[in-house]
Amino acid sequence: MSDGPAPRRVRVTSPRTGATRRRRVAGTSEIDAQTELGEVYMRSLVRAQLRLALGVTAAVAATLGVLPVVLTVLPAVRHVRVGWVPLPWLLLGLLAYPLLVGLGWAYVRRAERNEQVFSELVDRR
Amino acid sequence: MIPVAGLVAVVAVSVATLVIGAFGLRISRTTSDFYVASRTVAPLANASAIGGEYLSAASFLGVAGLVLVRGVDMLWYPVGWTAGYLILLVFVAAPLRRSGAYTLPDFAQLRVESRTARVASSALVVLIGVLYLVPQFQGAGLTLRSLTGAPEWVGEATVASIVLLIVASGGMRSITLVQAFQYWLKLVALLLPACLLLVVWRHDGAPTSGRLEVSDWVEPLSGPHALYLTYSLILATFLGTMGLPHVVVRFYTNRDGRAARRTTVAVLGLLSCFYLLPPLYGVLGRIYAFDLVTDGRSDSVVLELPSRMLGGPAGDLLTALLGAGAFAAFLSTSSGLVVSIGGVVSQDLLSSRLDPVTAFRVSTSVGALVTLAVALASSGLAVAHAVELAFAVAASTFCPLLLLGIWWRGLTARGAVAGMVTGGALSATAVVATMFGTELAGWPGAVLSQPALVTVPVAFAVMVGTSLVTAAPEHVARTMVRLHTPEHLVLDRGSYHPEGPAALPNA
Repeated sequence: MSDGPAPRRVRVTSPRTGATRRRRVAGTSEIDAQTELGEVYMRSLVRAQLRLALGVTAAVAATLGVLPVVLTVLPAVRHVRVGWVPLPWLLLGLLAYPLLVGLGWAYVRRAERNEQVFSELVDRR
Repeated sequence: MIPVAGLVAVVAVSVATLVIGAFGLRISRTTSDFYVASRTVAPLANASAIGGEYLSAASFLGVAGLVLVRGVDMLWYPVGWTAGYLILLVFVAAPLRRSGAYTLPDFAQLRVESRTARVASSALVVLIGVLYLVPQFQGAGLTLRSLTGAPEWVGEATVASIVLLIVASGGMRSITLVQAFQYWLKLVALLLPACLLLVVWRHDGAPTSGRLEVSDWVEPLSGPHALYLTYSLILATFLGTMGLPHVVVRFYTNRDGRAARRTTVAVLGLLSCFYLLPPLYGVLGRIYAFDLVTDGRSDSVVLELPSRMLGGPAGDLLTALLGAGAFAAFLSTSSGLVVSIGGVVSQDLLSSRLDPVTAFRVSTSVGALVTLAVALASSGLAVAHAVELAFAVAASTFCPLLLLGIWWRGLTARGAVAGMVTGGALSATAVVATMFGTELAGWPGAVLSQPALVTVPVAFAVMVGTSLVTAAPEHVARTMVRLHTPEHLVLDRGSYHPEGPAALPNA
């Protein structure tokens, strides 16, 4: 994060409230001024949200996405029946939908939490 | 069946649509009302409107017909059309709303700060919109013919004129209400007959048929190049949804980025409920209406089943209900598309010469009439495929623009234009070849009929490659702040206003 030699360790003997408050107020203005710290804030938000989005995509790929490959590699799966319904029909006609809605719902909760963390980081007063 | 019931259904839907549209007319005055309903639409109404707009003829009639003929592989269409919203939700929904842009060309101009990128996007919006609109009009023609026996041009002209009336008089506010109403109409119109038909099926002693056991129907991945075609379809639908102009324009009616996300999850739920139903019709059709396959009329299976299974007045009533739902599907998707085409054309081509409201009315009228002409002229062509190809074009052009534009600072104006032009040209070649019935054997044929698995990676590669050797736009850091930070934070988000209503005095 910082360049040059590490700063000397300082023993804190009383809480430096003034210094703390100044840094907290600075969050949004660091971003406005496009300082290095402001860029770090922005990149942390964008990366967190991107990681989350890629995670959801990976979950879709690992479930729905691999289905055609599984059906090709293991042709026996094509004939599996649950009751009288063939498994591929059950997966694509019914179970895919709760999966998609569930992933969407989980995504929204986490994305909002990421934004909350970001807001608290840059906008605490 | 008796044509009267079908005719009454179509007239009822059309009148209801116009009446709800007229409610909007009284409160729709300023230019921003016309485009985005002044962003006052509540989330569930908004989600219903998105669902109503998105569920087109292809969803209401096409899926059942495809399942009837080709079986389990066709279930990827509704799954893909739903999953497309999940991908849209996680990558695009909130940033797109926060961008403050009204249309995809607005977004292109905001992000890469280039007039050329804006014009390229506008051309693509018109291309994708017309590709999607033509089969809606033609579907309406087919439906009206099977309901009433009227020639196909009657249905096409009817849909075109009703859409024009709604759009040109009330703008988007009435569209939102109309489409929210039409989602629920479509759901009920498909759900109620499905339940009754299942009861009839049980009552018949739950008959089955040897046709349900044909292995290349009941088993997935049948036919040559099945794996390629399936993955290409998955890629086109999963990534194409975010680039459909009439879908994207809906995101501006959300209050903020957070509301945009919540609305999208609600849309996922609404679509999931709806898409459970069409495959049922396809399977029942396999038992009761198999002759439609040999006649090449599989698209009308949803409309034909009640009279086959029930007959009598009850059958007629259900057919009328289904006909109403189908007509709602054409009306809502068509009006959404006409609004987005009209919005783009009026902003980029007409607004300097006419006042904005007049420009919007003129361009929607021209858009609908041109499409009607194309639909009438191309009635012999294989346009049922056009909806799928519209997804492929969207996935090869706007998808890379949105994904890279939102998540990668390196995207440049030249990169965006080069990628969109390459992806658009490649996928449009496939579209033209398919529409004119070009049949190639082997791999070239497979690639032409489902181009996405080739064209999407190429478009991404060109966009990234060109961006790496050109200079990034000046204000990209500020734009990132605008796209990603929650609205309640007081931040400098840049001074950009799209060239649309926000720049106008009374908006």
